[in-house]
Amino acid sequence: MSKEQTVYIGGLGVISAIGNNVAENLEALVSGRAGMQAMQRLQSVHKDTLPVAEVKVSNDALAELAGLPAEISRTALLSAVAAKEAIADAGIELPAWRRGFISANSVGGMDKTEDFFPGFLQDAASGDLKMVAHHECGAVTEVVADALGIKDFVTTISTACSSSANSIFLGARMIRQGLLDVVVAGGTDALTRFTLNGFNTLMILDQEYCQPFDENRRGLNLGEGAGYVVLVSEAVAATLNKKPFCALSGWCNANDAYHQTASSPSGTGSLLAMKGALKKSGLSPEDISYINLHGTGTQNNDIAEGTAIATLFEGNYPPMSSTKSYTGHTLGASGAIEAVYAALAIREGLVFPGLRLQTPMKDLPFSVTTVLEKRKIDHVLSNSFGFGGNCSSLVFSRAAFNHL
Amino acid sequence: MENKQELIHRLKEQIIKQLKLENKRPEDIGDHDPLFVDGLGLDSIDALELIVLLQQEYNIKLRSAEEGQDVFRSIDTMADYILEHSA
Amino acid sequence: MYIQSAYAVSPQGSFNELLENPAQYRGDRLTCKEPDYSKYIDPKLIRRMSRIIKMGAAAAMECLQQAKVTMPDAITTGTAYGCLADTDQFLTRMVEFKEELLSPTAFIQSTHNTVGAQIALMLKCHHYNNTYVHRGSSFEAALMDAMGLIGEEAAQTVLVGGVDEIIEKSHAILSRFDLYKKEGSTETLIGGGTKGTMAGEGAAFFLLNGNREEGSLAKLDAVQNWYKPTVPVATLIEDFLKRNRVAAGSIDLLITGNNGDARYGGQYEALQQSVFKGIPSVTYKQFCGEYPTASAFALWMAAHILGTGQVPGVEGPAPKRILIYNNYKQQYPSLYLLSAC
Repeated sequence: MSKEQTVYIGGLGVISAIGNNVAENLEALVSGRAGMQAMQRLQSVHKDTLPVAEVKVSNDALAELAGLPAEISRTALLSAVAAKEAIADAGIELPAWRRGFISANSVGGMDKTEDFFPGFLQDAASGDLKMVAHHECGAVTEVVADALGIKDFVTTISTACSSSANSIFLGARMIRQGLLDVVVAGGTDALTRFTLNGFNTLMILDQEYCQPFDENRRGLNLGEGAGYVVLVSEAVAATLNKKPFCALSGWCNANDAYHQTASSPSGTGSLLAMKGALKKSGLSPEDISYINLHGTGTQNNDIAEGTAIATLFEGNYPPMSSTKSYTGHTLGASGAIEAVYAALAIREGLVFPGLRLQTPMKDLPFSVTTVLEKRKIDHVLSNSFGFGGNCSSLVFSRAAFNHL
Repeated sequence: MENKQELIHRLKEQIIKQLKLENKRPEDIGDHDPLFVDGLGLDSIDALELIVLLQQEYNIKLRSAEEGQDVFRSIDTMADYILEHSA
Repeated sequence: MYIQSAYAVSPQGSFNELLENPAQYRGDRLTCKEPDYSKYIDPKLIRRMSRIIKMGAAAAMECLQQAKVTMPDAITTGTAYGCLADTDQFLTRMVEFKEELLSPTAFIQSTHNTVGAQIALMLKCHHYNNTYVHRGSSFEAALMDAMGLIGEEAAQTVLVGGVDEIIEKSHAILSRFDLYKKEGSTETLIGGGTKGTMAGEGAAFFLLNGNREEGSLAKLDAVQNWYKPTVPVATLIEDFLKRNRVAAGSIDLLITGNNGDARYGGQYEALQQSVFKGIPSVTYKQFCGEYPTASAFALWMAAHILGTGQVPGVEGPAPKRILIYNNYKQQYPSLYLLSAC
């Protein structure tokens, strides 16, 4: 069997509560600056009790950055800003290649729908239909695909909090299948009252700033943002003017099949996803230099994920942290935002510290990294798990790339 | 305040409605039967629904899902909790 | 690649009913005939499920039972709108109760991956599970993923489905976009010459198998779809047939997605005068209505036509090769080529 071709990451784009672009995000990760604070932009009765990690930019300013109208969904605006950055970063001439845009989100244009709804409930003939025109998850993707001029392949994945990890490996699969040369892949989600109240009914929102993998963790903080990577084939990589960040060497999508929202105590799905991703990349647990945890800060996630890691790594634990302690949980965007951080960890040779850890979890034989560590990073494992038992893990690897 | 027996009966009706236990009648649920796993077979999502029920019908607010574990052991423990915490 | 089994919860009770006496609808929509769910779903699980979840789960379970497969290697689902009833319930209560006293169940079920996730939970299936939510190409994306998995030899059997439901509020909103006939009838839907179509819904699941098994319904030769193509559709179709080495004359039956909206019917007719000239053709949206994942109904129908040799509403020899052409909102053309096996 011939060796499968390497899929490289040629460009990165991100917008989150800790910065409006890759450079700002990296600076915040290095200096340990978190993005959550009292709610500023989102209008909710919970604004004084539930801190969130908002992108610190108005819709008008985002529209300016994105080159799109300000009245469309914030989810699309965030997506366009990050996707454009990723393409510019790759320095790629898109029209020369068969190209795809694979995005992900959890609630589409819900930020507009929830503003439309009160009037509509009063009178079914009222309300501006433009506000629901981008309600569908796919509609958000299309606004951006059209702005980028990508149409060879366009799709949207929605598997709750693992969505954009899935869009990234789908892009890599399609390149390996020979269907596409370049794929802009990632995800986006804006904060909405719908998701804020939804997570609030589950009683898993922390009223303070979240403390992933802490014994006394209380829950998660919601965040918003978007992240994209530009995946390129070997042939495309050879034409770029800079060295790729890394390769996407492994991935796996598995299902916990235990409960609608909760993870199984043994972390079955998480374990299968991590094992599968390692197998795909041809690596062993000891090859992993850093784990970017799903690490939401809920009781249930962290013990399930931690137990799965304890099982898989058996005493030989690499440094690990949850960057949700900076960005909050950005749902459909989180897998992609964390993919950008994984690529940065490899390029910069950095382990980003987890924030606010006070007491390591008693039931786990390891603890998350709390200080910035400079070291050579060869392989990063990144976890993204969601409702419905959807568990996906990705492996990013330093790429031997001799072209430049 | 009504007596405990009346409260228990009403609570059973409310639980059946809130949790959509369509093939259950109040008399099918024993006052001391465990509500979770072995007994009525409820799960963690139902526990959250019961927290909403307490707040909506009895104006009693639990602070966390963990607190519910003791309160929701059985219909009897729920009724006691409501009687203790109703103003 | 083979369609080992196919089952649809749709406005038609069954494929037999479609052959013998298709259900007819009047007004602006068609509604699914729902099966007895207790045959498929544990009562403990069913109490929380909204209609779309039950429809999807039942279609998936029946599909697996017919294929005698207990554990597929992967599950992929396509849905444009997701779980509308749950989304509506949570959103409405959130507005009416001003963000207080909300219950979690509707929120949990509102996520777009709920149908695929519930199927995995019912089967205790830890394998690959993905959900596509891309408007008129949601089902096609799920199907392409499934075919990719089989092609990569990451799976041999994949359960693939397309699901979408109508609820009162979504129908009220979509009606305001001027999509539907006011007083439609499925008997005169196609070719009636008036603007608008009738809304539809459904859940269709397929067991795709890399190998031909005893009782397989059809061979799935090729699937391709496009997003807002700039090249004329006729050219895309010609290229598709050429690439798959199929002469138009060797196709025994064409199934088109003409939805009876006079504003767009001309485009289907023009193709039938050009690239599709001489191919016997039928339509399907008078049976299921128009919705973003309606092509899944067409694939279900085509698989059973090849499996039984009978075409709804048409007498004649059993077709051996079928082409499906759908073009949702004239933005998402898709082609499916199937043959008897």
